[in-house]
Amino acid sequence: MNYELVIGLETHVELDTKSKIFCSCGGHSSPKEPNDCVCPACSGMPGMLPIMNKRVVELAVTAGLMLNCEISRYTTFDKKNYYYPDLPCSYQTTQLNHPICTNGCVTLNTSLGNRDIRIKQIHMEEDAGKLVHEGKSSFVDFNRTSVPLIEIVTQPDFRTAEEVLAYLNKLKSMFRSGGVSECEEGAMRCDVNISVRPEGSEEYGVRTEIKNMSSFEAIDRAIRYEAQRHMDALEFGTEELVQETRRFDDISGKTFAMRNKETEADYRYFPDANIMPIIIDDEWLEQIKATKPVAVDEKADAYRAAGISEKEIEMLIYNSNISKLLDDVVALGCNAKDTATWILTDCAGVLRKDGKTLGDLSVTAEKLAAIIKMVDSGSVNRNAGKKILIAVVEDGVDPIAYCKENALDRKVDASAIEEIIDKVLSENPRALEDYKNGKEKAKQALFGACMKELKGAGNPAVIKEVLENKLNNC
Amino acid sequence: MKYYATRILEKGNIAVDDTILVKDVPATAGSRILENFKPLFSAEAVLRLENKDYTIAGKTHVGEFGLDLCGEFSYYSEKDENLYGAAAQLIANGDVKAALGVDMNGSTRRAAALSNVCFLKPTYGTVSRYGVISCAASGEQIGVYAKNVDSVSEIMSVIAGHDEKDGTSLKNERYNYSTYIPVSAKRVCVVKELLEKADEKTRARVSSFVESLRANGVTVDEISLDFFDIANVAWQILMTAETCNNVSRYDGVKYGHRAKEYKNIDELYTNTRTEGFNFLTKAVILYGSDVLSKNRYDECYGKSLKVRRVIAERFEELMKNYDAVLTPVCSATAYESYDIHQAFEKVFAEGVFTSVANLIGTPALVSNGVQLLGKHFDESTLLSLAGVVERKGE
Repeated sequence: MNYELVIGLETHVELDTKSKIFCSCGGHSSPKEPNDCVCPACSGMPGMLPIMNKRVVELAVTAGLMLNCEISRYTTFDKKNYYYPDLPCSYQTTQLNHPICTNGCVTLNTSLGNRDIRIKQIHMEEDAGKLVHEGKSSFVDFNRTSVPLIEIVTQPDFRTAEEVLAYLNKLKSMFRSGGVSECEEGAMRCDVNISVRPEGSEEYGVRTEIKNMSSFEAIDRAIRYEAQRHMDALEFGTEELVQETRRFDDISGKTFAMRNKETEADYRYFPDANIMPIIIDDEWLEQIKATKPVAVDEKADAYRAAGISEKEIEMLIYNSNISKLLDDVVALGCNAKDTATWILTDCAGVLRKDGKTLGDLSVTAEKLAAIIKMVDSGSVNRNAGKKILIAVVEDGVDPIAYCKENALDRKVDASAIEEIIDKVLSENPRALEDYKNGKEKAKQALFGACMKELKGAGNPAVIKEVLENKLNNC
Repeated sequence: MKYYATRILEKGNIAVDDTILVKDVPATAGSRILENFKPLFSAEAVLRLENKDYTIAGKTHVGEFGLDLCGEFSYYSEKDENLYGAAAQLIANGDVKAALGVDMNGSTRRAAALSNVCFLKPTYGTVSRYGVISCAASGEQIGVYAKNVDSVSEIMSVIAGHDEKDGTSLKNERYNYSTYIPVSAKRVCVVKELLEKADEKTRARVSSFVESLRANGVTVDEISLDFFDIANVAWQILMTAETCNNVSRYDGVKYGHRAKEYKNIDELYTNTRTEGFNFLTKAVILYGSDVLSKNRYDECYGKSLKVRRVIAERFEELMKNYDAVLTPVCSATAYESYDIHQAFEKVFAEGVFTSVANLIGTPALVSNGVQLLGKHFDESTLLSLAGVVERKGE
């Protein structure tokens, strides 16, 4: 029998704010040593009250706008109760009843064509701390407690692991370009809800949830493993599937049960009386909209209009650093299509030789623009341009200085060109004779010989002119 | 040391109850669970008083987390030592000018009534809760004990006002705590149902207060009102739920008491909390967990939130005809010593007089052993009404 995979995602993303969600301690990128960024509030001491960080609301709304959500004008916080040493208050402040964004949608471009994934909601919440185990002792690091998160919950609309990865890559690139989050290692974590049903069936199968994965590779492997486990159970009765929470073990590549529904904790959610409801009025919403960057889809359209290929657009869209480099080079006066080739083919080629990827590219827009302009104006040829590019990418040299030092410049002086031409003419008497006898082709051969002798230096138009003058005066 | 949990200065003029933080002075809320906890900062109300050159005389004992009748069950004092409330007794003895107490489930108001001193629980959001060892955030407020309404007014004028460190603090900068506004045209109602719940001596106190008011031209009606019981039930549900949540941070991991014996993290939690909380707090935690549990939430907590809205409307409606409601504060003029296993039921029963003000955030003033309930921000009417009665007695 053929089976269909049904997947829904809950994705936690750490927001790039200067301070934590309810106190003035530094945000997620600040801490160096354990418990560096901790105050009485985020370590759960009595007497402290949460003060809402406005920036968190703005970034959550920005994320909601990018995912085409309805923005709640009235949003509130709730407390979720559970005991764990990394949770200093023994409750997490989160949103249950009035989340900040609802009913969104994101379009994915995959091998199945365009697919719409519905976003159920986005809510704001605080992160927990970290436990550090050393020998028989355990230590708590509260640096991460109360770092702001958004959790993006989708409907069960994914059908393949490929779609899940496309979605996560799209979120990552959108959030980077929107200043919502840099989505660094560990700053984006996923819970995957997965079930399998016979193809064509309307009913959902038994659902399991794989918790807390942060690497895309692990997510991919976990989905494939779990899907196979479900299918084996349905097809061969290898085991009875139960609704439960599982974790993915990176080493064995398998998932293991953590707890099942019957024994699952009751989180006893209730409204947080210390945080007044947040009202997002028209003025505030317009302000946030005004700072929202161009959406990914709009950007893709712009690249398409500039003649960039679909394959290249995909590479650009999912790599916001690279698309920013492209935009910057274009802003310096270069052609978008050519620039895309320079970056995605030439730079990528240089990096690949060194076992690196485009993610490692550190060339500045100014240097890249300088090379492209030299080639475009004809002052160096494309091969010379590539040589300069290698030096720039590998050693970070200044392209113009490097070009001069290595005589890649075509601006060789006219007397040098004349010298070479005289030499070529004296070494090729037959060709010269043929030309004099009216064979136009011989001129091409002589020109080629000159170019060879000059090793690509010199402006071809100038060489051609000097050569013609010489031939006519012979 | 009978009344003081921690003495700071020999000659301070303000006492602070032990649920309010004073920097570097141990604060326990009367509970073993906060044994040796030293706060890193002072409550905003304390800072404001110190800025105006008031001095803190010391911290007074409170019943564990202020959950008992009036301070009788503190881990740090002998049982029954504070059956009249430690802070209220210091005022009655004339040891300090005023004291701060957290009004959460009526213990402060009952202590004031039994000790025959004044206590004002102001409108919710007027005094910053920054630095309060919080239990029921949605209804607790710092209030002021003093010998007379003028001293209450003086201290309130210092501590009230917006504080950006408290998200529930109202934006108003100034409040009116005048004790001398004219009262002759005021109308006060006495609630029949509440009088019936009080003993004869208490009813006599109410009667004598009514006579004084009438002698000053105040109109006093006895009326029938049915919402005090339901307001009490709603507040007890919200209060136990919020308290259960707020004391869950006391787990032995970070500060305060930690059990000596444990084999793993679950035992650390269980043993610490078993040793750290008294029977009453444990009862509150159990009731609070129950009303928040998934299958009980809608009929308990969710419903109480709706009741809160309805009662606020009913009270507002009532206050179109009256300027204040006069009620007893306790069912008796003194409590007999009792066992802690009866505490939850006893406090619940007495809450019928006090809970409505916490539920809907309105002000309540205790004076001469009776209570005046008023409209939001209308403390001055309550203070002035009590003022004419007080000054007549002088």
